[in-house]
Amino acid sequence: MKSVFCPSCGAPVTFRWSSAVQTVCPYCRSVLVRHDVNLEAVGKVADLPVDPSPVQIGTEGIYRNKAFVVTGRILYAYDEGRWNEWHLLFNDGSSGWLSDASLEYAVSFLHQLPQGIPPAHELSRQFKINVDNVALEVTTITRARYEGVEGELPFEYWDKTDLMFADMRSADSHFGTIDYSENPPLLFIGEALDFEDLHFKNLKLIEGWS
Amino acid sequence: MVRTLECPNCGGTVELKYERTINAVCIQCLSVLDATNPSLQILQKFEGAKRYQPKIPLGTRGKLQGGQYEAIGFQIRQIEVDGVTYEWSEYLLHNPYKGYRYLTEYNGHWNDIRTLRALPVASSKGSKPSVIYGGKTYTHFQSASAVTAFVMGEFPWQVRVGDSVDIKDYVAAPESISSEETEGEVVWSIGRYTNGAEIWKAFGLKDSPPAAIGIYSNQPSPYTGRIASSWMTFTLLSLLLLLTVIGVAIVSPRDQAFRQTYTFSTGNTEPSFVTPVFALKGAQASLQVQLKTDLSNDWAYFGLALINDDTGTAYDFGKQVSFYAGSDSDGAWTEGNRSGSVSIPAVPAGRYYLRVEPEMEKDGRPRRMRYELTLQHGAPSYFWFVLGFLGLLIPPVVTSIRAFSFENRRWAESDYGALVQSSSGEDD
Repeated sequence: MKSVFCPSCGAPVTFRWSSAVQTVCPYCRSVLVRHDVNLEAVGKVADLPVDPSPVQIGTEGIYRNKAFVVTGRILYAYDEGRWNEWHLLFNDGSSGWLSDASLEYAVSFLHQLPQGIPPAHELSRQFKINVDNVALEVTTITRARYEGVEGELPFEYWDKTDLMFADMRSADSHFGTIDYSENPPLLFIGEALDFEDLHFKNLKLIEGWS
Repeated sequence: MVRTLECPNCGGTVELKYERTINAVCIQCLSVLDATNPSLQILQKFEGAKRYQPKIPLGTRGKLQGGQYEAIGFQIRQIEVDGVTYEWSEYLLHNPYKGYRYLTEYNGHWNDIRTLRALPVASSKGSKPSVIYGGKTYTHFQSASAVTAFVMGEFPWQVRVGDSVDIKDYVAAPESISSEETEGEVVWSIGRYTNGAEIWKAFGLKDSPPAAIGIYSNQPSPYTGRIASSWMTFTLLSLLLLLTVIGVAIVSPRDQAFRQTYTFSTGNTEPSFVTPVFALKGAQASLQVQLKTDLSNDWAYFGLALINDDTGTAYDFGKQVSFYAGSDSDGAWTEGNRSGSVSIPAVPAGRYYLRVEPEMEKDGRPRRMRYELTLQHGAPSYFWFVLGFLGLLIPPVVTSIRAFSFENRRWAESDYGALVQSSSGEDD
């Protein structure tokens, strides 16, 4: 871990991940972007609301025999509440995401976009696509916005409004998301999991529960 | 961290216990409140006629398979079938690490329900629609529109009295799979049938659970496995019986009491005759009368009577023998048998003779037949074995009938009605 100082408030900023593009100063909430050895403050984010998720930055876990640590998160808000996309750094250096919407956990990875993903306005539920021989079907379309960011992320971004996500499911527990916040859209493919499957460590302690 | 707020409708205290709560219901006036709004905006006032009481008090924790869960929300949901309203209770359970889960209760039948991460696949096998999930086929049971009639507690999503969803239930006891569809969005869940006693134990509830009434869609049949095992037992015992029969047939003494060859021709004016007297010895046993003829494309009927020479007691019987053969476009064929036999059970020892009266077609053409008459005393009687076999059949047949009756009562509540309609017509 390397310590550098926040160009905005001078507080020490620690990186867990050498390839992080962006982090947020935990003291002054400045969004800091890395340029070689320097940090540039590009904006500020508001304090995040109290988060009911048991996952926090620094939480560790195991997915398919690969250990990961949570380095950052994006908090999304939609009509029915909020959810987190936690950025996972695996012990082989790869990146992944853990979503915790309604405490339904899913781990996913950025995947090459196949042919045949329609544009946002043409997409509807029950749209079917095969990715790596897995038949996926769009089950939920969610419109959301960035509510905040925290920690180390693989890209430079802290504010997005009116985002569209299409969640997909399969006959087994495969899971996919088409993220229409970029053009062309991003595809994430992974798996829906039970809490126990992820072998978490260093979770947030929730009062009254063990 | 409990937040204590004031109900904007009745002024009563509203305690918000869960950080994920989106909607909360005032415990006093039952208004549905927006828990994300610091002043708890009223979303819906209570206009129902009845205040329901959850059997699992909200805030109670229970240890279920998979961990501890706390009851945080309660709903009454209703469906209408043929003008009759049916309602069930639904408890929302929460664990802040593991998420949400539900318990439902209908007439004392409980189900432990979780949402599915995978999409069941529609199947076209069978006469009723079905879905396949995890390699198991679930048969469609009922489709209905379910309306929320009452809400209480805290919910991490929007709830209102009057919310309506289209439900489809598929069963494979003790599990069931349901889809709930609202505005095209489908949520799948899987339920496991659970006894009230298990729920009471898990949540440490007082008294005893309400007795289960009737048979529930995914209630496991008490006869599952018993049908197969009762037929297995039957098969084994029948084999034993068969071996006994073979053994008896091999070892049982046979006494050839009489044998003689006769010729019959239609020209005889008096076809009837009696045999010489013969003795049947030993214990009471069956007597087998065998007739071997040389019939060809013809028939013969033997009127027979076994008469005790001392007492005059007569056993009257008869036997038809016919044999036809020929060939057609399909090749050679035969029908019937040149030989026949009759068994008279339980004939006591004694001196007997046989009266024989053969008969053949009387169409004016002369007919001749040679036949051999053989009597065997002590041929084993299979009557008791047949009775024993029938006795062995009773348990598996009764079990199968009961199992079928259970399934019949289960399916009587489905969209398809009973498997067999009751003849008394007590079902509508």
